[in-house]
Amino acid sequence: MADTFQLEIVTPEKKVVNVPVEEVQIPGRNGYLGVLPGHAPLITELAVGEITYRENTTEQRLAVAWGFAEVLPDKVTILAETAERPYEIDVERARKAKVRAEQRLSSGDTNVDVERALNALHRAEARLDVAQKNQ
Amino acid sequence: MANILDIRRRIRSVINTRQITKAMKMVSAAKLRRAQERALAARPYAQMLTNVLKSLVSRAEIYDPETGQPKHPLLAQRDEKNILLIVVTGDKGLAGAFNANIIKAATRFLESKAGRSIDIEAVGRKGRDFLRRRYPAAAVQTRSLAELAESIEAEARAVERAGMTQITGEHVGILGKVEFAQASALAESVIERYRREEIDAVYVVFNEFKSVIAQRLIVEQILPIEQIGEQAVRLAEEMTEEEKKRAKEAAISAGVGMRAPEHPGEAAAAQFGTAQVDYIYEQAPEELFRSLLPKYVAIQIFRSLLESVAAEHAARMTAMDSATSNATDMIDSLTLVMNRARQAKITKEIIEIVSGAAAM
Repeated sequence: MADTFQLEIVTPEKKVVNVPVEEVQIPGRNGYLGVLPGHAPLITELAVGEITYRENTTEQRLAVAWGFAEVLPDKVTILAETAERPYEIDVERARKAKVRAEQRLSSGDTNVDVERALNALHRAEARLDVAQKNQ
Repeated sequence: MANILDIRRRIRSVINTRQITKAMKMVSAAKLRRAQERALAARPYAQMLTNVLKSLVSRAEIYDPETGQPKHPLLAQRDEKNILLIVVTGDKGLAGAFNANIIKAATRFLESKAGRSIDIEAVGRKGRDFLRRRYPAAAVQTRSLAELAESIEAEARAVERAGMTQITGEHVGILGKVEFAQASALAESVIERYRREEIDAVYVVFNEFKSVIAQRLIVEQILPIEQIGEQAVRLAEEMTEEEKKRAKEAAISAGVGMRAPEHPGEAAAAQFGTAQVDYIYEQAPEELFRSLLPKYVAIQIFRSLLESVAAEHAARMTAMDSATSNATDMIDSLTLVMNRARQAKITKEIIEIVSGAAAM
């Protein structure tokens, strides 16, 4: 069996990644899942989080917000709404978004759309996470 | 006969104008190329999303086996009492009849739906300006996509209508760089209203762009979704032969490719999710279907924005090309007039000298 498989990450704006990798970790809705070559065919929805993949033994990270993935034995395709590399992340903006979301959640105002605020919070946290690990 | 000096001055001013229109043409051509690339880059994602949805339709029970009614609200057909129309025009003028045509198509569509209450979301300054003069603005406006950021508050809705036809949102200044997040936000807001049954159908009127010579103005129904992967076109206006010819000439002189180049990922994208294997579904297919459907609406809005931008640049390029060649014609005819006037002046002077000499 081949020891790599093709990883493709596509967003509505562009194709972000299209390389052979040895391993990838996907933030599935029901928890992270690691994929090695020869994985059984699978379709899953993605949560907000980070994708980690190993290309030539170096680790790469991407922050993703919602999407879904198709896993085939020799190929993994991920459709993500956004997929950002650490250097593309606007840390300042993410930090502000996080603070704002936290304020909204703790304000106790009934007009706050809790689900949306939580989503924003998670997105901001995932971005910060990816950006910081890379430093 | 006009004064030679005056004619010369006019020629100079027309030459200046020609220089400007020529520069604008080249700028539009460059922008068109970029817009075309962006529109193409969005296709693999749209294609894959459509594929997955299609394959889910056969696996998940989308339709109620007993009544045959779709289970998902976005697929359900209701009586069209309240309609939402998204009008996509450009932010700037000087693009020939581009904006006027869209406005005309939108007006015609509104007339065909007369008697029903209609909400309008206007994207682009030109359409906004026109619609604003004709229809009242709703008391509560959709948040403009231009200042979207990461908005969190739930949107409030007005109960009172400002009129049978009202403008519920204005989105100006987003066409310079269209982002998916913006299309997504608009889709979300629209879907929310659809779910609450404030509106029963959503249409978008925009200029579809396949390539410089293959464009059409369409009204597309995006909600309820009739058939996944199929465009539900309600009104379409193809380019006339004359327009095609002009666009072709402009494209050749500006060095823009006529055929839309194939995106390298497209063939691979077509295979996505269609492998003949039994997938393990991490989530129930119904659940997956439910969360994918809104994205499908978003990508359709995204596509209409991107294609409209490309079409706008193409229209401007064509308009500026005609303006440039008109200026050239004008210079030629003015030069002719000037030469005649000069000759007439010389002839007159000679006659004066000769008759003067004869009189002596």
